[in-house]
Amino acid sequence: MHIHRYEKLWLIIGSLILAVFLGILAFQTFFLEMGPPSHAEMIDPQTVRESEIFADTELKEIGDNEYEIAIIAEMFAFQPGDLEIPAGATVHFTLASPDVTHGFKITDTNVNVMVVPGHISKVSHTFDEPGEYLILCNEYCGLGHEFMANTITVK
Amino acid sequence: MAHINETPILHKGTAVNEDAAAGITGRDIRLSAANLFIAFIALLIGGFAGLLQGLVRSGFFELPSWISYYALLTAHGVMFILVLSSFFSIGYLYAGTSRVLGGLANKTIAFGWAGFALMTTGTLIAAFLIVTGNANVLYTFYTPMQAHPWFYIGLALIVVGILLNCIGMFITYQSWRKRNPGKLTPLFAFFANAVFVLWVFASLFIAVFVIAMVIPWAFGWVATIDPMMGRTLFWAFGHTLVNIWMLTSISAWYVAMPKIIGGKVFSDSLARVAVVILVVANVPGGFHHQILDPGLSVNVKFLHVIQTFMIIFPSLMTAFAMLATMERTGRAKGVTSLLGWWKTLPWSDARFFALIVAMFAYIPAGLGGIINASNQINQVVHNSIWVTGHLHLTVGTTVILTFFGISYWLIPYLSGRKMTPTINRLAVAQTVIWASGMLLMSGAMHINGLLGSPRRTANTSYNGHSAAADWAMYEMLMAMGGVILVVGIILLVYIWAQLAFFAPKGKTDFPIGEDYSPSDASPLFMDRWSIWVALATVSVAIAYIIPLIDFASGHNPGSPPFLMP
Repeated sequence: MHIHRYEKLWLIIGSLILAVFLGILAFQTFFLEMGPPSHAEMIDPQTVRESEIFADTELKEIGDNEYEIAIIAEMFAFQPGDLEIPAGATVHFTLASPDVTHGFKITDTNVNVMVVPGHISKVSHTFDEPGEYLILCNEYCGLGHEFMANTITVK
Repeated sequence: MAHINETPILHKGTAVNEDAAAGITGRDIRLSAANLFIAFIALLIGGFAGLLQGLVRSGFFELPSWISYYALLTAHGVMFILVLSSFFSIGYLYAGTSRVLGGLANKTIAFGWAGFALMTTGTLIAAFLIVTGNANVLYTFYTPMQAHPWFYIGLALIVVGILLNCIGMFITYQSWRKRNPGKLTPLFAFFANAVFVLWVFASLFIAVFVIAMVIPWAFGWVATIDPMMGRTLFWAFGHTLVNIWMLTSISAWYVAMPKIIGGKVFSDSLARVAVVILVVANVPGGFHHQILDPGLSVNVKFLHVIQTFMIIFPSLMTAFAMLATMERTGRAKGVTSLLGWWKTLPWSDARFFALIVAMFAYIPAGLGGIINASNQINQVVHNSIWVTGHLHLTVGTTVILTFFGISYWLIPYLSGRKMTPTINRLAVAQTVIWASGMLLMSGAMHINGLLGSPRRTANTSYNGHSAAADWAMYEMLMAMGGVILVVGIILLVYIWAQLAFFAPKGKTDFPIGEDYSPSDASPLFMDRWSIWVALATVSVAIAYIIPLIDFASGHNPGSPPFLMP
């Protein structure tokens, strides 16, 4: 099998670029802890609404400008409704679905996570810029999917 | 056409049975033509569903109450992604294999028709339930959303039909090898066999999911289902499908394109290496659709990212081989300047023009794919309409334009007719129309996705939220692109009808390129598929054993069905 000199060069350069690229991704993932949301915890979808975590769903201050909230993603709403937080606040979201698969996306941020029934999803974000952010479901969840949205106001 | 080089140089690497190459038998033609016919109907239905979606989402048009946006979306996805691509690849690969191997085996014809019957029946059942609003679950049918139970029976019939076609292909391939000991299979047959090996891998995942898990649950025999297991098995199938389309497309780039431009295959052996890497490395790529899923650890996800990236390597090989083929062809015609060979390419030949536009689209399409698969960067684009834009560049432009290019020789080859200069000009115009429509639509989708607009969502202003207001202009561009594309579909159907029934009778060749030099012939062990299937199984095992054991032992309480609507 004969490989042309230029092709060797092209494949070696291409592979090196890929290796560097993967190296950067690995560095960000494992040293800067920028990996994707990957929480692993089970919950019975049929008991989400009564469960200890999700029955009491309101914004809780757990530290200096640090908040925690459990959100139920259901057909076709996020419970509780619209949220309000001060600028610079870090919010830890805990999510679960009592019905079908949903998506949790906050526009103008990189908050984006799947909410799959049977699993608890977690994602955190620090809201530095004031404004009214749109929270929407970005996974088709049924005929009312386009109505599934809330806002989070940063003051 | 005048510029086609008809020099009959043969050597071992791509030995062609010239008696058979004069034309394939009537029964092989009928089987291929039947498959292509269904593919073309799927293109029409899926295309119009797509147009309506564009008009609805941009607010130009409101649907009557008896059909929902999501029913259209389901029809568009199922028709294009499952029906068009499977029927077209079978029709095309069976015809080409018959051409290079000197006819299909008797058993292949039997399996082919049995598969065709099952797939057609399955398509009719699924299409009926989608149109009547009983299957608003989209082509991904994520559980625990539930369609009418018979929708899944329809899908299962399609998958089993595809598996029968795989058996058919393997029979002809292996019987040729038995009759020609010590000879390498022709490159086209090697590609075709690879595609059907991937179909087996893809189909087994989805067959286990639909037949063993979804159907018992949808009919109520089992109370609950594990949605994560379903997502994982679906994407093992779904992403393999992507490479089935790519492999089908690049078979035309590698084998037919050199012949069309009057050149030779750049390197038989490197082409086979690219094919083998695609087959071995492909299935775990499915996991990059689940980067934002819960229940998979950061470490396992990174392993999947590395495995997904392995598919980039054969694409680099393909990029080099295509340009090298074109340059060498120009050099052989006496071009000495650095880029002068570019001008000697047959730009006015629709068969070449459609293929090279498809190749150009593959550059941004591939780059977008790397972005999507890049672990944390996926958070920026996941489930936004950027992904839809990506799909329309990859499948909607690269693959489909290649299929169109193939049809310009495949249909007259099967119908015993010849393309006229007028039809050729229309086909060039069709390529331009298609590419511009896709550029506009897919470009607008990419931008809108970066602005945060979600995919698969009916027209909504999100209560007049300002973020959603920014998307409106791009949604209008998407709709305009959709209108241009439908003009392209209408033109294409006209061209196909001409080529199938009205063009002047004559002999059209199925272009099969020959090797550049005998020293590039592959070693014989490349034909031993047991090696590649074993390696592919190992790569699947590395990716899937940990997650599947995790899901199975995670005591997922399971989900009851939620009927849509």
